[in-house]
Amino acid sequence: MSGKVIKVSGPLVVADGLSDANVADVVRVGEQHLVGEILNMTGDSASIQVYEETSGLGPGAVVETTGYPLSVELGPGMLEGIYDGIQRPLTEIRKLSGDTIARGISVPALSREKTWEFVPTAKEGDFLKAGDFLGTVQETSAIEHRIMVPVGADGTLKEIRGGMFNVDEVIAKIEKEDGTIRELTMAQKWPVRVARPYVKKFVPEIPLSTGQRIIDTLFPLAKGGTAAVPGPFGSGKTVVQHQLAKWSDVDIVIYIGCGERGNEMTDVLNEFPELIDPHNGEPLMKRTVLIANTSDMPVAAREASIYTGITIAEYFRDMGYDVAVIADSTSRWAEALREMSGRLEEMPGEEGYPAYLTSRIAQFYERAGVVQTIGSEERRGSITAIGAVSPPGGDLSEPVSQGTMRIVKVFWSLDSSLAYARHFPAINWLTSYSLYTGNLLPWYDENMGKSFVKNRERAMSILQEEASLNEIVRLVGRDSLGAQDQLTLETAKMIREDFLQQNAFMDVDSYSELKRQAMLLAIILKYDDLGRDALAKGADMNALFSLPSREQIGRAKYVSAEEYEEAYQKIDAQMTDEIAKAIAAGGEEL
Amino acid sequence: MIREYKTIREVVSPLMVVKEVEGVTYDELAQIELPDGSIRHGKVLEVNGDTAVVQLFDDARGINLAQSKVRFLGHPLELAVSGDMLGRVFNGMGKPIDGGPDILPDEMKDINGLAMNPAARAYPAEFIQTGVSTIDGLNTLVRGQKLPIFSGSGLPHKELAAQIARQARVLGDGENFAVVFAAIGITFEESEFFIRDFRRTGAIDRTVVFSNLANDPAVERISTPRMALTAAEYLAFEKDMHVLVIMTDITNYAEALREVSAAKKEVPGRRGYPGYLYTDLATLYERAGRRLDKKGSITLIPILTMPEDDKTHPIPDLTGYITEGQIILSRELYRKGLVPPVDVLPSLSRLKDKGIGEGKTREDHAGTMNQLFAAYARGKDAKELMTILGEAALTDTDKLYAKFAEQFEKQYVNQGNDTNRSIQETLDLGWDLLKILPRTELKRIKEDLIDKYLPAQ
Repeated sequence: MSGKVIKVSGPLVVADGLSDANVADVVRVGEQHLVGEILNMTGDSASIQVYEETSGLGPGAVVETTGYPLSVELGPGMLEGIYDGIQRPLTEIRKLSGDTIARGISVPALSREKTWEFVPTAKEGDFLKAGDFLGTVQETSAIEHRIMVPVGADGTLKEIRGGMFNVDEVIAKIEKEDGTIRELTMAQKWPVRVARPYVKKFVPEIPLSTGQRIIDTLFPLAKGGTAAVPGPFGSGKTVVQHQLAKWSDVDIVIYIGCGERGNEMTDVLNEFPELIDPHNGEPLMKRTVLIANTSDMPVAAREASIYTGITIAEYFRDMGYDVAVIADSTSRWAEALREMSGRLEEMPGEEGYPAYLTSRIAQFYERAGVVQTIGSEERRGSITAIGAVSPPGGDLSEPVSQGTMRIVKVFWSLDSSLAYARHFPAINWLTSYSLYTGNLLPWYDENMGKSFVKNRERAMSILQEEASLNEIVRLVGRDSLGAQDQLTLETAKMIREDFLQQNAFMDVDSYSELKRQAMLLAIILKYDDLGRDALAKGADMNALFSLPSREQIGRAKYVSAEEYEEAYQKIDAQMTDEIAKAIAAGGEEL
Repeated sequence: MIREYKTIREVVSPLMVVKEVEGVTYDELAQIELPDGSIRHGKVLEVNGDTAVVQLFDDARGINLAQSKVRFLGHPLELAVSGDMLGRVFNGMGKPIDGGPDILPDEMKDINGLAMNPAARAYPAEFIQTGVSTIDGLNTLVRGQKLPIFSGSGLPHKELAAQIARQARVLGDGENFAVVFAAIGITFEESEFFIRDFRRTGAIDRTVVFSNLANDPAVERISTPRMALTAAEYLAFEKDMHVLVIMTDITNYAEALREVSAAKKEVPGRRGYPGYLYTDLATLYERAGRRLDKKGSITLIPILTMPEDDKTHPIPDLTGYITEGQIILSRELYRKGLVPPVDVLPSLSRLKDKGIGEGKTREDHAGTMNQLFAAYARGKDAKELMTILGEAALTDTDKLYAKFAEQFEKQYVNQGNDTNRSIQETLDLGWDLLKILPRTELKRIKEDLIDKYLPAQ
């Protein structure tokens, strides 16, 4: 069944003679077999978005439907890989077409040459449901790939064999209830626009540890939660996203470079194999899948990249893993939607974006969460979704930012004025928020002690107070403030500079574990407590502000991970001692 | 077989509709022959059945619906490339306009290029010394980077760009460089300034110029930067050269794009610019870079004038989201007489971290850079406070910060367009300025480096 092109306008192609095709089918267009997807059908003509450059395509070119919706191939071989927006392996493409991406290239997503050692865990005669494990493959040194019974293949296991196989070879046979035999391989297919099923969802209750002080301590994200990082250009969105991809304590990271810079993906490709995951001691790349549809690659595939990424994430979630999906940037994805919508001549909503923009954003983030996965055994997996937003001119009133803010629960708002002062990460502490603090409270109380949440609240209120005091300072100068208020400013400065600021490019500071964060913040707040007491007892303010231990606190974040506990205790003791001396000296002067 | 059509049905500059065509494909190059024999060019924007919509690259004037002939050439717009392009001047369509002979092409190249495979990119990490302290020290440029200059009307961006082109060199590297200069809708005087500067320094022999001046057809501006980048790709990746591409002015390019978009009656995005402006600019900027297994590189410095000095205007805004940083010029500094008036705080180089440090510049580079930024930001705040409340309102430390900011602008920023500072000079100057502050304030620099580099009081 094939049709013929009648119209070409950029990535949009209209073809007729396709009455047998289904909406959302993948089609192959023209002599070069460009990949496309049917968006709409009118009579027997179909509007097709083509995932590759359409230059050289004209009326009369043949269009063939594959009869399948846009799908990804799921199985061993995805980790450590880099794919484009429709899951074509970019390193393989490079071998075939060199430095640039030639059109119409067809390479299977999972390598057919590579064999994997399959170790069966299910036994012949077992009754298996979709999601039950057939066996395992040690895919990388960090990750065990659990081969599952695909959806729709419930039945009795008739045959299973272990050994070295590629993803096309049959490893098991299942007799379904209707008596038919289904042959299973290690790979399965899944349509990207359909969420993979699960049994039920739970409210996220465990924090995601990211090693970033401002995030873990002030604005925490839960495993299975959703977060957005909006910010104007140059405010450090990408660095924040990279940091999260590097240090989050999840099993699998799916990093989607969606309409962003090519060099950023190269950076990840170079850096991740070198970096060691602090949670398991393995290179970070071993747990990472990259999806790269950079800004110069065809715009329609950019629209698909987000779905490709989240579907792969769902597959790993179903194995019982914690997965983080990091998308940079959802604004570029929205622009791809807008471009296709414009070419389809749809009635535009706000700023030319299609009216369905918000519902599409919501659908994406709603695929995150903590779930009980399919399968007879009870197991949990989670997807944490983190999306960057690039608002034009940094103006958050635009549709993509607004649509995202309505859905996500954590909002790390990046601020260009902080970035100009090289305060990184430039997350503004007054405008950011996390709605998970309530859900996570029991976890903190149990694992970090009651003081953790109390200290966080105190730090927040000091920062808030600093903002109001600064307004007064701007009008009448700092000298007009009382000593107690000046101390508040000093403490706030310490929180900002010595705690919140974190250097992503410095090895010792790039990652800071939660316990260490709590200790450092406690020292700063103790300074505030003791300082207040000292001022009340008549200590000299300037002496208090220029204690030698202040410099020690300022450098505390550069102490190595092995030595910090001891070092922090020493700083604490030194500070306590110095303040006591300041009280004594202040008393003498009086 | 190339067919000729005499079926032009509509010309609304810059679009033309041709009916009853057969076998025409999207993005194909069209040639229009006028009754007087002159030739115009266009490209196919849309084909719908037997109707082709063609975007003209030249003026529509003189096209006669009854007698003009259209030929579709079966390939997209191409540029004839060859090593002989060096030292030559072309128009925005790639035709020589310096009176010399046509180029004998090694190859014909599609000017749209192909997307670079991210897996084939090499991460830019080689430090380029531009001799400008505010760039080398604080917003370091590396080979293969795209770093635009955000300027405003009347600000001296061309002097800065010429200074960079003149002084840029990679430490300890034999020179195999070329400059590709694309003039996009700028005035003759501005274009001549660059060409004269290239001539003065002898760089002209290693320069390829694509020139679309203000009085040339506006739609030709859409192809001009693509011509330049196609030439640059050829020189960099087939002739192993390190190519510096300067494109000025991107604002004119975006306006030409808006003109075509409006003619096509597309739904406009912000300020009337098409919704795909980001993607379109990305297909230009992303062509800069380095490739694995290739010796050459393309370093791209686009220049744009921000309408009303507004950084949030769509052109600078979208550019900033694609490029790897930006150098921003400040009107305030220019009024104070500082040259080059680089506003260092909002300026940024995203790739600096991999291009600096021991073995590349010096071990103290990263720390002093962060310290200078932080100190200047605080010093500027202090100065602002001082203007409102008077000097007495500042703490002693803040007074020192204010003094630092003052001296920083005077010495570090204000170096003039003819001073070429080595990276050592720039770093040492930074230390000289940091001396103004108490040592305890230098929290961003490691102690041992302070011991080693901080000059004695």
